[in-house]
Amino acid sequence: MKIAITAQNPSPENQVDPHFGRAAWLMIYDQEKNEWESIDNSAGVNAARGAGIQAAQKVVDHKAEALITGAIGPNAFKSLSAAGVKIYHGATGTVEDALQAYLEGQLREATTNDAKGGV
Amino acid sequence: MKELVVISGKGGTGKTSVVASFAALAPSTVLADCDVDAADLHLILKPDIFSRNEFSGGSMAQILPEGCNGCGTCRKLCRFDAIKVNKGAYRIDPIACEGCGVCSHFCPEKTIEFGPAINGQWFLSETRHGPMAHAKLGIAQENSGKLVTLVRAQAKKLAQERGHELVIIDGSPGIGCPVIASLTGADLVLAVTEPSMSGRHDLQRVTDLAKHFGTPMIVCINKWDINEDMTRLIEQDANQQGVPVVGRIRYDRAVTEAQICGQALVEYTSSGAAKDMRLLWETIAGLLGDSKSAADLHTNR
Amino acid sequence: MPMKIAIASGKGGTGKTTIAANLAHLFSQQGRKVTYLDCDVEAPNGHIFLKPQLTEHSPATTLIPQIDLGRCIHCGKCGRICQFNALLCLPEKVVTFPEMCHACGACLLVCPAEAITEIPREIGSIDQGMAGSIIFARGLLNIGEVMSPPLIRALKSKAEEGEVTIVDAPPGTSCPVIESIRDCDYVVLVTEPTPFGLNDLELAVEVVRALDLSFGVVVNRAGLNDQPMLDFCTEQNILVLAQLPDDRRVAEAYSRGQLICEALPDFKARFFSLMAAMETAILGRQIKSSERSNP
Repeated sequence: MKIAITAQNPSPENQVDPHFGRAAWLMIYDQEKNEWESIDNSAGVNAARGAGIQAAQKVVDHKAEALITGAIGPNAFKSLSAAGVKIYHGATGTVEDALQAYLEGQLREATTNDAKGGV
Repeated sequence: MKELVVISGKGGTGKTSVVASFAALAPSTVLADCDVDAADLHLILKPDIFSRNEFSGGSMAQILPEGCNGCGTCRKLCRFDAIKVNKGAYRIDPIACEGCGVCSHFCPEKTIEFGPAINGQWFLSETRHGPMAHAKLGIAQENSGKLVTLVRAQAKKLAQERGHELVIIDGSPGIGCPVIASLTGADLVLAVTEPSMSGRHDLQRVTDLAKHFGTPMIVCINKWDINEDMTRLIEQDANQQGVPVVGRIRYDRAVTEAQICGQALVEYTSSGAAKDMRLLWETIAGLLGDSKSAADLHTNR
Repeated sequence: MPMKIAIASGKGGTGKTTIAANLAHLFSQQGRKVTYLDCDVEAPNGHIFLKPQLTEHSPATTLIPQIDLGRCIHCGKCGRICQFNALLCLPEKVVTFPEMCHACGACLLVCPAEAITEIPREIGSIDQGMAGSIIFARGLLNIGEVMSPPLIRALKSKAEEGEVTIVDAPPGTSCPVIESIRDCDYVVLVTEPTPFGLNDLELAVEVVRALDLSFGVVVNRAGLNDQPMLDFCTEQNILVLAQLPDDRRVAEAYSRGQLICEALPDFKARFFSLMAAMETAILGRQIKSSERSNP
């Protein structure tokens, strides 16, 4: 399975980006291949409205089944849940830390009530 | 880091004067002028701009006349009445153009260009009371909400980079696009109102808006002594809705005098309304600093 | 000749609604058929002063796409053409974001499978009624709605225009203001002689000039520091229609929801000279434009 993680720079050693729609990068981890792919999200950083929807489209296009980030907005939540992507929020530290925390089951799955961030 | 948004519902209630005084009183803050439609905070804070950037708030279409055969498809399809014809020559009214791209996509001659429109500028500045993010929306341009979001994000970034604990946002009047963009997800909203029937009516609308977006709100009444009965009525309304009224500011000509001198009220004088302003700031600083009382505000809603 | 006059201001709270409501009242007292349109749909307050009997309430709607998944072939064209992120195309469904939609119709036009229809979505309401002999109409934007221009458009097309139509515009310089004033014969810019007032007046002047509208300025709450404002108007060759003095009694009457010309009869004469100055300016413009079309 593929897992998407928001990142401030395109490398797993770098910090998780606390935003989703406006994250600088999306890092996609492929569990089977143990490989990382980085996706530029600068369009989202500079977008004003609909950044969450655009970023969700990228996650879906790359066939990730889970997303790990800091906080998520309502439109992104609606988009990702409609696509069946599981959302884990409250991630901090490096991208690798966040992945580890997720694999160990330490991250919480987001519900509608958590979808208040996003600005 | 916390975000305090100052809004007003009704315009002209003294929102920017309140923000300017808070800027002078807060020890460590970044300012964001999100009233991009009619920004005024810079007149008091006199920012020294260190970064100037163009803002593209969407796209715009343009007809290349040499390829146009006057078929009128664009005019038929445009829902915003933005295609003008003068003696068979087609052009796009940039003010009416919504930037949807329909004309360009469906032009049979492929002679309508569609690309990003530059419709404003945003700035990062130093001021005597801390760094500031602000903007100027181009004349007759749309997408002020988009520019507000950008200014707010830039202010937040400045605060993170420089280790400031607070961002104070000067919001815009009304309840629409720019206001929503300035208050969603903020830690605290201060609504500045005045004791008039209009002020009361508009405060109700802003209260509903803050509730709708789940943002904790407090109220202060400016020029409260213009109509004391109305002040009491507004305070009653607020109490019933669980919105704390945290301050009253008296009517004082010094507010306008300070503005004419390019100073925040609390810089200009320390008596009268300036005293009320100081008290108001102390209350709000207490709320922002104390996570427990902020949490109480949440549960009161 | 019927005239449509917009009352606008860059800065909020300068007395726009006060001027608009008093003008409507006084024109109506002259025996003219007056319509008052409250286009400040985010914060409408004209009703407080004109006290209309609102007899008709109707929803105002905008169109949003509805996807028939039975017909949808999941080509993704609608999602790609939408400039406003109102549609998200997933492998097996299309998610719509109604509040992002600008009702441009692009998705509908581009869909090869005829899977998209449009349905109305309420964004606000329009109230109509009479305030004495004044036809009164206002728009009220629903809480949480982002876009007021479609509501303003609906309000303006719905209400019957009078011999004199007064448009109370929202403050500012962006989309809702433009929608309110673009088709008016004359714009009255209300300002106050403060640094904020002057700064915002300069912006408002740029807007009316960009729209090529004829306009004049009312300096409200005059008296403390008028010179910079008057200098600006002289420099820019802008007609100052009236200067209304700063008077605490005005603020008090306003706070109680009273019309100034009723509560303070000494202000009536000032309004009459404002009306005369405005009508002269409109007439001048009409003569000029008819000269241009019949040389």
